[in-house]
Parts: sequence; C-alpha cells; structure tokens
Amino acid sequence: MSTSDFKGLRVKDLKVYYDTPEGVVKAVDGISFSLVQGKRLALVGESGSGKSTLSMALMRLTRPPGRIADGNIFLDDVDILDLDVEEMRLSRLSEISLVPQGAMNSLNPVLKIKDQILDGLFDHQVSGDKKISKDEQKTRVSELLTAVELLPSVGDMYPHELSGGMKQRVAIAIATSMDPKVIVADEPTSALDVVVQRTVMQTLGRLQEGLEASIVLVGHDMGLVAQFADFVGVMYAGKMVELGPVNSVFEKPLHPYTRLLIRSLPTLENKEDFIGIPGLPPPLLNLPPGCTFCTRFDRENKNDPPWKEVSKDHWISECNVCSDIGK
Amino acid sequence: MGSLLEAKNVTKIFGGGLFSKEEELIAVNDISINLEVENPKIIAIAGESGSGKTTLARLLLGLIDPNEGSVEYLGKNLKEMKGKVRRDFRREVQPIFQDPYGSYNPFYKVDHVLYSPIKNFKLASKGEEARNMVEKALELVGLVPSETLGRLPHQLSGGQRQRVMVARALLLQPRIILADEPVSAVDASLRATILDSVKKLNNDLGISVIYVTHDLTTAYQISDEIMILYKGVLKEAGPVEVVIKNPKHPYTQLLIDSIPQANPKLKWGKLDISETQELLDQPGIGWRDS
Amino acid sequence: MTTSTYTETDWKIRYKKRFFNFLRYVRRNPSLGVGLGFLLSLFLFVVIGYAVYDTERFRPLKTGTDLAPFEYDSKKGRDGYPLGTDRQGRDVMSVMIVGVPLTIQIGLIAGIIGITVGTVLAFVAAYFGGWIDNIIRTVVDVGLTIPGILILILIAVNLQSGLTVTQMGLAVSAVAWVWPARTIRSQVLVMREQLYVEIARLSGTGAISIMFKEMLPNLAPYIGASFVGSVASAILASVGLEALGLGPFDSPTLGMTIYWNIQFSSILHGMWWWFGPPIVVLAIIFVGLFLITAGLDEWSNPRLRKRV
Repeated sequence: MSTSDFKGLRVKDLKVYYDTPEGVVKAVDGISFSLVQGKRLALVGESGSGKSTLSMALMRLTRPPGRIADGNIFLDDVDILDLDVEEMRLSRLSEISLVPQGAMNSLNPVLKIKDQILDGLFDHQVSGDKKISKDEQKTRVSELLTAVELLPSVGDMYPHELSGGMKQRVAIAIATSMDPKVIVADEPTSALDVVVQRTVMQTLGRLQEGLEASIVLVGHDMGLVAQFADFVGVMYAGKMVELGPVNSVFEKPLHPYTRLLIRSLPTLENKEDFIGIPGLPPPLLNLPPGCTFCTRFDRENKNDPPWKEVSKDHWISECNVCSDIGK
Repeated sequence: MGSLLEAKNVTKIFGGGLFSKEEELIAVNDISINLEVENPKIIAIAGESGSGKTTLARLLLGLIDPNEGSVEYLGKNLKEMKGKVRRDFRREVQPIFQDPYGSYNPFYKVDHVLYSPIKNFKLASKGEEARNMVEKALELVGLVPSETLGRLPHQLSGGQRQRVMVARALLLQPRIILADEPVSAVDASLRATILDSVKKLNNDLGISVIYVTHDLTTAYQISDEIMILYKGVLKEAGPVEVVIKNPKHPYTQLLIDSIPQANPKLKWGKLDISETQELLDQPGIGWRDS
Repeated sequence: MTTSTYTETDWKIRYKKRFFNFLRYVRRNPSLGVGLGFLLSLFLFVVIGYAVYDTERFRPLKTGTDLAPFEYDSKKGRDGYPLGTDRQGRDVMSVMIVGVPLTIQIGLIAGIIGITVGTVLAFVAAYFGGWIDNIIRTVVDVGLTIPGILILILIAVNLQSGLTVTQMGLAVSAVAWVWPARTIRSQVLVMREQLYVEIARLSGTGAISIMFKEMLPNLAPYIGASFVGSVASAILASVGLEALGLGPFDSPTLGMTIYWNIQFSSILHGMWWWFGPPIVVLAIIFVGLFLITAGLDEWSNPRLRKRV
C-alpha cells in the first residue's frame, strides 16, 4: 500500500537491542503493527516482554546501552527514525507525545504546574517568532487544565499539593498540549487507586477522541485493555504473538500464550480454580532462534514462526508446534 | 468458640497532639476483626490507599500499638506480652509482604531467609532435619529446591521470590498468615500460582489468612469474608459472595463498578454515581450475613 | 542434596573467576582503577627501594650535605645520589623510601581505629535509638564543632618527648572517629527501615545479630569508602602537625621532611630535589585515595549494585 495514503502510526520490523557485557539482549525483536489515526492500541506483556523498551523507542528515547538496531517507525508518511536530532526533538510533544509511568515522579517539584505546561510550549516555538503573550499563556493553560477536568487554579499550585490522580491528569495535559497525532501512554495508571484509575482513563479517552489522536497504551493490565482499547497486541519475549481487535482477541484468542494469559486472569463472575501459566518467561540474553513460547513447554520449533494475518486485522505469530496448548 | 486473633475496636492516630504541627490523621477508626481458632478462614481487608488497611495489618502483627482498643492473641493483650509468650506469638503469626525484592537481604542467598527462622526458633535440631523442612516447604509452593536454593535474590524472578516467602511462612507452621498485597508486584500469570499456594495453606493446613489488598478481584477469588475500608472506617463487611455480588454501601458499589474486568463486554463505569463525598462518607453498614 | 563438595580445582576456578570479575569491574569503574594504580605504584616504589637501595642514609649526616641530584659526594667519595641530599646530609631518595610507608602507617592506624570506634558508636546509636542515640549524637555533634587541629596540637604538645610514629597515629585517631560515626549512623538509620531487617526481626533474630549479620555486610562498601576517606584525612592531619614541628623528629615521615624543608628554607635555595618529592608523593597519595573513595562510592550505590 502506498505510504502517502496512510494516516496513523506504522511500525515495521522494529528491533531494539541492548549491548551488555554478557552479550546482546534483544528486548524488541522485529515488531510490526499499524494503527489507524484516531484508534486505541494496547500493547500488553509481562516483565521481559519488551513493552517498555518499545514505548521508549517510539519516542526515540532509547538510551545506551540500548539502541534501535533496525526497522521503521512511520508517522503518516515520515519515518521518524530518519529525522535528525533537532527535527525529532521538535516532533516530540507536537507530533508524538508520552504520558510516562508514574507521572508523580516526572513532574518538577520546584516549578508551578502552569510553568511546566508552558515549558513544552515555549520549547517548540520557531525561533524568531514573537513570544506568546501573557494573556494567551493564561488562556492556553486554563484550556488544557479544564480539558483534563482540573480547575484552572491548579496551574498556580506545586506538584506536592496535588493527589496522584491530579498529577497524572497534569501529565496528560502536558502530553496533549500541542495536539499530537499519537499519544504513547506507558502504564499511566499503575500507581493509582481503582476508582481514580477509571476516571483518569476516561478523561484520557475523551481527550484523545476530541483531538482525533491515536493512543498506544502500554501495560500489563488485561482488564484495562478490555475496557479501554480498540486493538490489542500481545508481546512475549520481545516479539508480538497476537494482534487484533479487542473483542476478537478476548473472545477467541488464537495464540496459545494469549489463551493461557486470559485464562489465568481472575474474574468477578465466579470462584474457580486458578490456572497459572507454568514455567517462567525466558531470559532475553542470547535467546536461541525459533519459537520462544515452545521452549517454555519443552517443545521445539527452530524456525521463526511467520507473522500472518489470519482474519481481518487479526494477526498471529503462527507456530504449528505449540498452537494447540491451552485449547 | 475461642478467639485466635482479635482486634477489639482499635483506633490508631498519627500526628496531632499538643506540640505537633502535623494534622491529626485517624488511620484506623474503631475497627474490630475476629479470627477464630476453629474454622480457619481467609478474610480479606480491602481498600484503596489511605484506607488504613496497612496500618490495621501492622496493628494485628503487633508492630505498632493502638491508641484505643486492643489486639489480643489467644485472649492475651499484645501490648502486655513479653519473653516466651511474645516469641511464640511472633512465630505463630507470620507476614508475607508486598515487595518481593526488598524482603531479601541482597548480601545473602535466598536460603538465608529460610534457615534463619529455623535457627532462631529452634525448629530443627540437626542440619539434615532443617534441610528436609526447607525442601518440603519449597515443594509445597511449587518450587524445585535444587533450582531455588543457593541462588541470590536477584537471580530469581519476582514470582519465585514471593513463593519462597510463602514457603518461609509455611516453614514456621504459623496459625495465621498476614499477606499484605502479596501479588501486586508480580506478573499476572504468576499471581494465580501464588494465590493458589495461599489458598492451599488455608484448605490443607488449616492456617487462617488475612489478605490485605486493593484488588477486589483476587480478594473475591480466595477469601471467605471481606471487609471494605475507606479512610480508616469499615464501610461494609460480610461473606465475600454477598458483599461483592450485592454491594449495599455506595462506596463498595463504586469500587466494584470501577474495576476493569478482562471482558470487553462487561464495561466499567456503568453506575451513574458521582463521587460525591457525602455518599462515600455515609457511615459503614457493618457486618452482613446476606 | 544441597550440600556440595568442592574439589581442589573447583576452588582455583572460583578464585580465578572472581579475580577476573574484579578486573572487569575495575575497567568499568575507572576511578577505582586509577586510584588503586596510584597506590600500587607507590607500593612498588617502596618495595623495590628497600630491596635495591641503601635505606640507612635517611639519617642526617650519613652523606655530604646540600648535594644536587647525582652531584659528586666529595665527603664519601662517590658519584652522588639520584635525588641529591638535604642540608643535613640526608639522602633524599632514602628519605622517600623510608618515609612513605611511615606516613601511610600513621594514616592506617588512625583510620582503622577511627572507623572501628565510629562504626560501633554509629550502629549502637542508630539501632537502639532513644536516649542512647541522643547521648552519642550530642557527643559527636559537639566533637565536630571543636576544631580537630586544636585537639591534635594539645595532644602532640603533651607527648612531645620522643614521639614515635605509632603514637602519632594514636594521637590522630582521637579525632578520626567523629566524622565516620556521624555518616555511618545516617546509613544505619536508613538500613534499619529496610524490609529485610523487619523480616529478620519477625524471624526472631536478635538485635546484635541484625547489626552484624544483616546490616553490616550491606554497609561494607560504604564503610570501606569512609575508611579510605579517614585515612586520607588522618594523613593530612599528621602532615599538618608535623609541618608545625609537632611530629616524630627522628622519623623521616613526609610531614617531617616538609618541616625540615621549611626550617632550612629549601625553596629559597632552589633545592627542588628536596621539596619536590614529598609534595609529589603526597599528591599521588591524596589523589589516589580520593579516586578510590569515588570508585567505592559508585560501587556502594544501590543502583549500581543491582547490576553487579
């Protein structure tokens, strides 16, 4: 398909590797997906799946010893991996922004909220332009705070005067301040109470729809995924094993890992016996080639399972050797 | 029948006082729990941050003293316990904490956390007896001794570390285990195995469990009874099937409505209830049977 | 099943592996490496010096006086000395070879005593809290406000007659324990709140065991860095005292050499071979010790420890 037609985020065969003294850790090893503008994608995985590495890579914030080894990240028709440092810096916040995990720690404790919001805006002004007037600043900050359901007076407060939920909303306000095309949210509510989590996610969702932006939600809470996302991508040991519409994936998961994962989740519907996933997630150092999930069950498939679209918009990493597990 | 561990109208206040600048915080406000000797149950103490559940747990463990009310073990007030009686209490009421990394001394292998109480409480007289106890306890929680012992804490996964903690609790053959958010820091797929071990402790070994958590779903899965705390006050309590399936207090209803269920067809936020403080501050309705 | 028997080759392999792991770590931590390198070079200097050089010539009037390096010694009829001599006929090279270990010895005595006393006080104060902590803390805080040099001068003046190097070390140790006591106490306070300490308590571990077996091993790198810092300040203090003339007169410590330099105005006479070496060696010692402290600091930082 012609790259100039597609509006949204398209990741092709992305690889992010870490160079450690003991060898190369392939944290993200060939991930591909497309996200149409305006839709919500959730990337789920457990520890060691590579999801946090992926969210950092989307922002090109990978730090050594990590490096983006291969692949493309297309925002509409521009590969952001081809941009130079200055162009990328300007793209962050205005084109693609991040709501970080634990925003309570990413806010500067000695600056007022309004200064932190304006900080990003000032940084993106093209040099030579006149500065935004004080009045315009005040209006913009008010608008942004109201959009995340905070009172404009919050702008004059310091982070320590706010609750966890309020701080997270400020982080969302900052991330949406320049109407970006893509919002990457890395476990945005992990430290929040259940009720606050719901209201913050609902606010985030409303904002995203208003801006017609896309959201990439990274996390491990399948419940959140079911409630919030349109599409879900399941990650395991650096690879994506299943990607599809939320309803299909939850109703009829096609990859054994997804199947076992969903089955291990406790529900409020009835009490039943727990079925965990046996074994351990594999260490990412010097992974042998082939299907990683097979090795967890003492099976072997030395060939890398192909990434196939098995029904509309529903892709899986198709391995014949372990596809029956959990049926 | 006889009471095993009982908190009688305990209240714990932090700060305040004539000379303190801090505002007074009533962390736990007049709460009572009773664990019986016969009929060991799993009771969940559920609440969000600031609900007082952790403070209540520490009161029950005897790590802090209540300002009002008392905590009694086998009829004796914890505050007055000394010497052997207190040591017995320490052995018979064991914790499992939330942090599977911080619970381990990074300098030692994980064996240390298992052998140390055996030595201190003189649970085995010979090295071989001790080793058997340790291996049996590890196997009971689904771990392979030869793959677990001799490792340093960072060499095991969070789930394994937490299971070793459960094994440690088992080793001491306690009568009560107090588990404070034992699976929050663990991957979803491993939670099931750990919670399963905890449930087995109750079913097979007759150990009472107090399960402190903010996760109502896991609380529902393993507990017999549940207590819902909000800002230090007990809002609702009773058999878990009754409270979860048919919540009566607005706070409980709000909590359950906000849980993101792993089923796209069961949407959250269906209740039109807005978080008006009045509704939530409504007094607790206490224990119900139905 | 869990006991294993080591064969002799297993031991050798284990130690070799540990040594190479250490070397690899040193490569990642250049401060530590360079610092250790500096000290190692001084060590080699002293060892080789004692082996090949005549070290008796550190005493005054064992050679001709005032000779530049390699200048012919007419008094003894020989071809001169690599670092020349001073105004009292000391062979400067001998002085350096003998003096360096003496100065370091003072630092070590004071450092070891200082750290031991400081650590014990710190643990007792931090672990038990209450009035014990209050008393120790007050003593330490008062001790910190009194200028150490005053106390040292008082002690040194009273010990004047025939002050030996060991006595010098003991004198400096009188003030060396104060700062470690304070800093280690803060560390123990933090450590006391660690979850594993609470679990040890709930496992029936007694207070002393907790201090020695649970907390101390984890504080070892920090105490190590503190120790190195103590040694450095002890050396500095001793050099200061000696330069003032309050040191062991018969020993060629670096500080005493500086004292003699001052007495005989070596700078005015342009005797660079006499005032140069002690200054260079002191610089190597201090920079080396400082780099080691920085390196140890990095090692004891918990963020780094998880990787190693």
